[in-house]
Amino acid sequence: MARTELRFAGFGGQGIIMAGYIVGKAASIYDKKNATLTQSYGPESRGGACSAGVVISDTAVHYPHPVTPSVLVLMSQEACTKFECLLPDNATVLIDEDLVKVSAFNKTSKVYSIPATRMAESLGRKIVANIVMLGFFASVTKLVSFEAMQQAVASTVPPATKQLNLDAFQQGYDYGLKAEPMKLA
Amino acid sequence: MESKGAVLTGEHFISGNEACAEGALAAGCRFFAGYPITPSTEVAEHMAERLPEVGGTFIQMEDELASMNAILGAAWAGAKTMSATSGPGFSLMMENLGLGIMTETPCVLVNIQRGGPSTGLPTLVGQGDMMQARWGSHGPYEIIALSPSSPQEIFDLTIKAFNLSEQFRIPVLIMSDEVVGHMTEKVIIPPADDIKLTPRRTPKVSPEKYLPYDPDEDLVPAMALAGQGYKMHVTGLTHDRKGYPVITEEAQIELVQRLIDKIRKNRDKIIEYHEDQCEGADVIVCSYGISARTSLLPIQLAREEGLKVGLFKPIVVWPFPEERIGQLAAGVKAFVVPEINYGQISLEVERCAHGKAEVIQVPHAGGGIHDPAKVLEAIRRAAK
Repeated sequence: MARTELRFAGFGGQGIIMAGYIVGKAASIYDKKNATLTQSYGPESRGGACSAGVVISDTAVHYPHPVTPSVLVLMSQEACTKFECLLPDNATVLIDEDLVKVSAFNKTSKVYSIPATRMAESLGRKIVANIVMLGFFASVTKLVSFEAMQQAVASTVPPATKQLNLDAFQQGYDYGLKAEPMKLA
Repeated sequence: MESKGAVLTGEHFISGNEACAEGALAAGCRFFAGYPITPSTEVAEHMAERLPEVGGTFIQMEDELASMNAILGAAWAGAKTMSATSGPGFSLMMENLGLGIMTETPCVLVNIQRGGPSTGLPTLVGQGDMMQARWGSHGPYEIIALSPSSPQEIFDLTIKAFNLSEQFRIPVLIMSDEVVGHMTEKVIIPPADDIKLTPRRTPKVSPEKYLPYDPDEDLVPAMALAGQGYKMHVTGLTHDRKGYPVITEEAQIELVQRLIDKIRKNRDKIIEYHEDQCEGADVIVCSYGISARTSLLPIQLAREEGLKVGLFKPIVVWPFPEERIGQLAAGVKAFVVPEINYGQISLEVERCAHGKAEVIQVPHAGGGIHDPAKVLEAIRRAAK
């Protein structure tokens, strides 16, 4: 695959950087591609608008930061305002539909929505919303294999929460299999 | 990382700072003293977690002056030692870095560079400490400094830094930066048996015959460790071969000349660089650390335009590969030197090119890495 740039964005504390880390790990360690993760650092990663950039490629990743990400995963309105303007045409945007309003998007974007946080709540822990979103990301974009993502989730989360996280990942994945891009007004 | 061994053989998705710490552990580092400072803190955090697992010692010191002294002291007790810091802490360590040079103490000091001067940009990148690494402590001396461009390189170069520090009995600097320290990538840690380590050069003579500063043929003296039965005196004052202070011009010349020569005359054993398509090039991009990596895309784009562009990347920045730069200067129109400062290594390139090739600086104040378009524009200008 050619250089593909992804950005995950939301509030610090939602597990945004963890989501980027898991995708990067899945791509590089388990799918045997190259991946580079860069991230917000400092106070914003602990409460403000927070983001993680992942670049995936079959060849070496030279420039480490995403420049025009073709996939954007948004989990807060503030992050939406901050990062949407950097999207190229025909980008794929994944949103938590309860946290992000879709009105402002570039009309060429393919926007897919999921109630990730509500689904995580029904699983018992709101904190796994990021993993629900990762399952959704895996099935909608198919940029990283299901198996690699599953392995990366299992080897990254605290052992005591492994099953919960794998369930969250599976639910998001299944939801994504049926997802259609939203019709933008 | 579930294993508790010192060498975590396998593939890991870790940050540059974690990779630096793992490189140190793989090299046999068992003592870390430091004072946390962004953006180097993860090196200390990771060592604090890992050192107790391998029987080592982590101490959070009261400041950077004490940190530097602690790693010197622990080295004299026999340990391989390291500290990590960034700009303001690096400045505070300068005095005792000189003590390490004067007492010929092997240790490794990591600088994850951020934007400066002063407290500058704690969370953002810089490469402004390259000349401070060269001569930031007072007095005449030579130093060894390495510059990694990725988490894998910082792992590999941390091991190399420990080996060089043991081989030449000198503090070795790892001059990394915030982007490399905080980026996360795959790092392959080889089996422990495949990692070549340089042991401490301990005395071959009996305690009665031992002179602590009597050099071997390569100008490096053997180092007895506290508790081995050898008598020693360790001082920052100019000293004779016994280690006793001698405040004369003659003693100064004998000692300092050797401290300089043990690096200069062994430079071929120390210098390492990476070259890509430098033979036959019209333009050579000379860059190091994160800026060498940022240059790869503009170099590729320039080649697609038909320009003959090479990359020269010093892996060991100090001592500087001056002979090679001099040779290359004879065959090129210009060197392009992107770095995140206003011209430090570019001045070295200019010096070593002896006026045979133009040197075009691509400066950056810090806070971000170069826009590839700016480097490409400089390459085009250089090729004219």
